[in-house]
Amino acid sequence: MHFDAANLLPILPEIAVLLTAAIVLVVDLYIDERHREVIHGLTLIGLVVAIALTGVVGGGATELVFAGNVVRDPLADLLKGAILVVSLLVFIYARPWLRDRGMLVGEFYMLGLFSILGMLVMVAANSFVTVYLGLELLALSLYALVAFDRDSSRGAEAAMKYFVLGALGSGMLLYGISMVYGATGSVEFGAVAEALATQGMENKVLVFGLVFMVIGIGFKFGAVPFHMWLPDVYEGAPTPVVLLLGSAPKIAAFGLAIRLLVDGLGSLQADWQGMLLILAVLSIGLGNVVAIAQRNIKRMLAYSTISHVGFIFLGLLAGTEQGYAAAMFYTITYAVMATGAFGILIILSRKGFDAERIEDLKGLNERDSWYAAMMALVMFSMAGVPPLVGFMGKLLVLEAVVRIGFVWLAVVAVIFSIIGAFYYLRVVRYIYFDKPEEDAPALASSGGVRVAMSLNGLALLALGVFPATLLALCQSVFGA
Amino acid sequence: MGFEKFLFYVFAAITVLAAGMVVTRRNPVHAVLYLVLAFFSSAALWLLLEAEFLGLVLVLVYVGAVMVLFLFVLMMLDIDLATLRAGFIRYLPLGVVIAVVMAVQILLVVGPGNFGAEQFPTPAAAAADVSNIEEVGLLLYTDYVYPFELAAVILLVGIIAAIRLTLRRRPGTKYLDPTQQIQVRKGPDRVRLVSQVSTAGLREEQGARDVAQSQEDGSA
Amino acid sequence: MIELWNSLPVVMQILLKITAILVPLLLLVAYYTYAERKVIGYIQIRIGPNRVGWRGWLQPIADALKLLFKEVVIPSKADKALYLMAPVITIGPAMAAWAVIPFDAGLVLSDINAGLLYVLALTSLGVYGIIIAGWASNSKYALLGAMRSAAQIVAYEIAMGFALVGVLVAAGSLNLGAIVEAQAGSVFTWFWLPLLPLFGVYLISGVAETNRAPFDVAEGESEIVAGFHVEYSGMAFAVFFLAEYANMILISALNALLFMGGWLSPLPQSWVAGVPLLDDGFHWFALKTGFFMFLFLWLRATFPRYRYDQIMRLGWKVFIPITIVWILVVALAVVYRLPPWWSA
Repeated sequence: MHFDAANLLPILPEIAVLLTAAIVLVVDLYIDERHREVIHGLTLIGLVVAIALTGVVGGGATELVFAGNVVRDPLADLLKGAILVVSLLVFIYARPWLRDRGMLVGEFYMLGLFSILGMLVMVAANSFVTVYLGLELLALSLYALVAFDRDSSRGAEAAMKYFVLGALGSGMLLYGISMVYGATGSVEFGAVAEALATQGMENKVLVFGLVFMVIGIGFKFGAVPFHMWLPDVYEGAPTPVVLLLGSAPKIAAFGLAIRLLVDGLGSLQADWQGMLLILAVLSIGLGNVVAIAQRNIKRMLAYSTISHVGFIFLGLLAGTEQGYAAAMFYTITYAVMATGAFGILIILSRKGFDAERIEDLKGLNERDSWYAAMMALVMFSMAGVPPLVGFMGKLLVLEAVVRIGFVWLAVVAVIFSIIGAFYYLRVVRYIYFDKPEEDAPALASSGGVRVAMSLNGLALLALGVFPATLLALCQSVFGA
Repeated sequence: MGFEKFLFYVFAAITVLAAGMVVTRRNPVHAVLYLVLAFFSSAALWLLLEAEFLGLVLVLVYVGAVMVLFLFVLMMLDIDLATLRAGFIRYLPLGVVIAVVMAVQILLVVGPGNFGAEQFPTPAAAAADVSNIEEVGLLLYTDYVYPFELAAVILLVGIIAAIRLTLRRRPGTKYLDPTQQIQVRKGPDRVRLVSQVSTAGLREEQGARDVAQSQEDGSA
Repeated sequence: MIELWNSLPVVMQILLKITAILVPLLLLVAYYTYAERKVIGYIQIRIGPNRVGWRGWLQPIADALKLLFKEVVIPSKADKALYLMAPVITIGPAMAAWAVIPFDAGLVLSDINAGLLYVLALTSLGVYGIIIAGWASNSKYALLGAMRSAAQIVAYEIAMGFALVGVLVAAGSLNLGAIVEAQAGSVFTWFWLPLLPLFGVYLISGVAETNRAPFDVAEGESEIVAGFHVEYSGMAFAVFFLAEYANMILISALNALLFMGGWLSPLPQSWVAGVPLLDDGFHWFALKTGFFMFLFLWLRATFPRYRYDQIMRLGWKVFIPITIVWILVVALAVVYRLPPWWSA
């Protein structure tokens, strides 16, 4: 029981994010109102440093540190990198919106950074305790961020729903964890997996705990039937918060699922496959169908998220290295797409106006053809149109599902994807074939946002045409 | 052993009963007080498990601080009990049905047989001089230092979130800053001695002296 | 004699020990009220009670009888059960905390490892009596007093707890007997010197925890009549009174144990070993406790009542930072074995 400073090396990215948050906290106290934007710069610098550190300490063999509570392996490295890059985009997009509404305050950045810290902890966790604490850190920051606009009653309502259902989800997860702990006698994944290997699946307590854990994961992902909070939260929360909440946390949730189900309970795969199957089919079906009926674009994107979660589950339930890699590819690219979609909504908003109806996108092509093109790329990608990355992701996942013999499942997924394509294409129609509303002003854009959005949109195209690099990375993580 | 078992059943019964009261009492203050009782008897259960540190900390933190603040807020709120109860009664039958079905299902899947003493070997009792504070402390600051620090960060998030969501600086409130008040020094701040030269008084005095002078002159 | 004692059942022995602690304690409480009136009287150049018995010595008995025979009035809209329970809840912890107080080396009812924690947990329960009394009375003044008391006690409990963490770090134990033993040496090795800031914080927080002047805003007779116990009369009121004084004595005893070396003699053991009265013993503990008890009265006679927002400021913004900094200092001193306290 001696502490070794070398333990700190693999968590340098986390330390960087925490330090940034601490610096922002202190600087924010003393800084003048006029120089508030310094904290924005500090945050970006901190994230870039964290990305660099992820690269520096990453790679190489799997390391267990902090007495097995934390792991640094290729999975953690890749997910951390993805989370940090997506979060960097989020903060760049969010700045104009916050500035216009007088909300460019330290708390947004601090809570945002803490939520990122939570995600980093989750994806690098190697014990139930660590994974749960990371999850709570993420969730608590997000609850507060959803209610961030204190004068918005919708925001408060959304935060309340999110909080209550999120707490319920955490409770389920914790209950499941307690059962598994009771049955295996350890909270560390390695020891749990070992105990499972010896006990086999005879122990009903284990399966019972697994059910609750899957429900908890379902809650955190927002999979049907645990999706009730998602549309309300997306609709009620301030757009930059939806941006933060709808992008990187999906990657973290994927990390959570892999850590719990594969690292911890891998030998129960036969049991959780069926559960995930139900969640996946329901999510893909309900998400795509209900999204068609939405007039509010944030709600529409919420249901679209639900359907994408279904696809991620499809990859997971395959239970093969190929399936995990496909799900990972899908998750990361989905986060990039979601960032782009909500980023465009922020660009369309201005002081006193939030782009929320689908009609607000009318004639975007005439107002700014470059942004229109980017949004079209995002929408086509989400719909799964080749050669964009969304198509690649769906293809990989379906391939993995077919490989394990679930052809009918792939067919169902494809059918619902085609149904879902309708509402994505409707958005594209509004952008290109409708006149803008008369009072719509030209889109103001500061340089950073335009560059970021261009990178974001073109990345979808580039990854779709040349998916090999990212895919190879994802596959190397799972040794496929 | 017999006496310990008896104590366990007494405290366990109190805990369950109090927990039931928490959700069924109409008066929220009573509900919180039952919650206090539930915490207290759970602390006693922990003491029976020889986890005296956890038991006492439960009393100290939850009973002594958290619940006091809970009560503090509840007593200041004017909660409309009628509307709260209306919703409760309306959903009660449905809730009871679901709860019963779930409980039966859970019992069918994992019956008590899965949790019996034969499933889990009884851990050896620690020696009387083992201080579990020391044990907990050693573990927390070595093996579990990472989760421990994370818990600290979560608390920090709680503070930041609470301040962001509730602290509003209202303009125009009359507020005395005690730090400034107690910095008042005896000399220059409380009493200011002004050396005022009263010109009007001087003239009168001058006049009176002149009169006296002339009288003296006259008498001389 | 010893055989007789050993032949008693264990439960009987424990009950006898409890009686041996509580009866003197209650007597002490009674005469503490008398002392208070006398001491404050003399400080204010009055005589104090001098009518009942020789020099007023029977005054506490007379007071107790009077309160016993008075009616306990229950306000018509009060929450009756809680109203009557509140005084009991107040006095329970005040008495129970004495279980772990060592009066002399080995002379303690229950020698448990976590004694300090136990005392802290129990003293934190006392506030429930006040809050419940204030709320159950269904009276504005009582509720105001309860609110004030709740916020104040929570604030000062943190400072108090942190001060005790310093003691724990310095002594390396939570057992009160072990804490006293860790101070062995002379008056300069007692913890009041290395933990001076914590001692100050604990002393003042103790006054605040017991709601005594100058921190008696929960009663605040000139502002909110009598605060939380404004509706209480007769025996119910007397029980609150008992609990308050019992708590004062407890805090005084803790001050003596934690910072002033308990039953240890102020002179080095090598000089006084075997010398009657100068050697370690119960009388030193009693003397030190008595000094702190006198201090409570002295404070009340000297200081005007603190204003409420200033109490909060003192607790949160002054005491808590002081304790945190000093815990760090003490921890460093212990790790680096600062002589003469931690040289071993």
